[in-house]
Amino acid sequence: MTAKVEVRSVVKAFDDKIVLREVDLTVGLHEVVCLIGSSGSGKSTLLKCINLLVPIDDGDILLDGRAITDPSVNPNEIRQQMGIVFQAFNLFPHMSVLENIMLSPTKVHGIPKAEAEERAHRLLDQFGLLEKINEYPDRLSGGQQQRVAVVRALATKPELMLFDEVTSALDPELVAEVLGVIRGLKEEGMTMIVATHEMGFARDVADQVCFLDAGVILEKGTPKQIFSEPAQPRTRQFLQRIVDAGRL
Amino acid sequence: MTTSPDDLRSPGLWPSRRQERRHTEEGARGALIAATSTVILIGLVLWWVLTSEAWPAVQKQFFDAEHFREVFPDVASGFWLDVQMFLVAEVLILAFALVLAMIRSLRGPAFFPLRMLVVIFIDLVRGVPIILLILVLGFGIPALQLSGVPSSPLFWGVATLVISYSAYTAEVYRAGIESVHESQRMAALSLGLTQVQALRYVLVPQAIRNVIPALLNGFVSLQKDVALVFVLGVREGVREAQIDVARTFNYTGYIAATVLFLAVSIPVARFTDWYTERDKRRKQAVGS
Repeated sequence: MTAKVEVRSVVKAFDDKIVLREVDLTVGLHEVVCLIGSSGSGKSTLLKCINLLVPIDDGDILLDGRAITDPSVNPNEIRQQMGIVFQAFNLFPHMSVLENIMLSPTKVHGIPKAEAEERAHRLLDQFGLLEKINEYPDRLSGGQQQRVAVVRALATKPELMLFDEVTSALDPELVAEVLGVIRGLKEEGMTMIVATHEMGFARDVADQVCFLDAGVILEKGTPKQIFSEPAQPRTRQFLQRIVDAGRL
Repeated sequence: MTTSPDDLRSPGLWPSRRQERRHTEEGARGALIAATSTVILIGLVLWWVLTSEAWPAVQKQFFDAEHFREVFPDVASGFWLDVQMFLVAEVLILAFALVLAMIRSLRGPAFFPLRMLVVIFIDLVRGVPIILLILVLGFGIPALQLSGVPSSPLFWGVATLVISYSAYTAEVYRAGIESVHESQRMAALSLGLTQVQALRYVLVPQAIRNVIPALLNGFVSLQKDVALVFVLGVREGVREAQIDVARTFNYTGYIAATVLFLAVSIPVARFTDWYTERDKRRKQAVGS
């Protein structure tokens, strides 16, 4: 399998707090990787490092075999090839749904307005949001906002999608509609890295599950390996707590 | 004992009709007290001033109706220049200050020299009294007799106002940009926008909404400070009044200028308060 993303011994510290310690991760083309672990284990930071939103302190990150963490690389150009969806949606509140979606295609990718609008229509229709096209974000439910955020990221035709705990800020009854969107993307063959607390979802969708603990990928493997036969005591402990909370 | 509807309501949860009535009565009584005390206070001050021995002389010196009619047209035509200077300067300030604020908001070591230049400029300009800045630039630069550089005091007066107010206004904009949550910048960058595009399309539009009341306050302030260019000899309202005072030894010209400035600045100040209050209420409505 061709490696889409390769993370090699990445180290990241905020001031003197080390958040990632020599993290290694390989994501194949069309593969879905789920990052699990408690809050503060480094899942979000790892995603933001891959997106170059957070500069790394040591190691390399490769996209299609090219070192994107090299200082000579223009981060804007790299970010244009991948999409990220955040926990707090981060839609632009002063723009309508359509304007949110069309901003990057028209201003960054130079796609003609008519073409960008047509694509936005198609995506919104696909995600059941067409009737919200002219609404402003504060008029949408959390689930709708998050789906718009996914559409906004997809509108630039990314080859890689990063999801940063995208259901954590949602009311429980809205979680399924967003997870459904991610499942749909898997069917289409999108390469994805998904940080999530939804263990049932990770078990169903992931090709590879990574358990992060204190900035280290402590254990990785197929969902079956991680959820049924975890090798590390810390993984077992984490999963036991999830089971105790009735979340798996 | 008869039970009135008021008694059926549990006390404390919502105001009873009786309590509401009492609130209205208190409101009316409050207004009456406010009006009475105001009238008494103003009356006392007026009585105190008008019965002073020097009042007849002062009245003639400052409040001469005949003189007012004579001097008003000149002062008013000078004041029209103040209004024009204000309008031109304000437009330039809003644009220039925004550029300064955007440069100061750029991140990364590559932009350090630009950021540093802006910080030095803002510190220098804010560190000097505006009147001194007007004197130094207004007399200094024309004295250099540089070819191609305008030498008119009017030009340099307005230019100095733009320079000075831009430094302050840039800080207003910057506070607005910083009040937009960091996640908005991240979302914009994650879509491949450059820093300047993120500022232009995402951060600045939100920032401006947050700082409109502060910008309006700057308007009120500038509307009066344009008069400072009179020190360069520009014949605006205050200068015209001063010329008349020097000629006639009657100060009524200053009162004419005062009336004109108030006629513009009070409505602007009221509008600013009204807008700020409305903005606050809207934000509370959205927040609840």
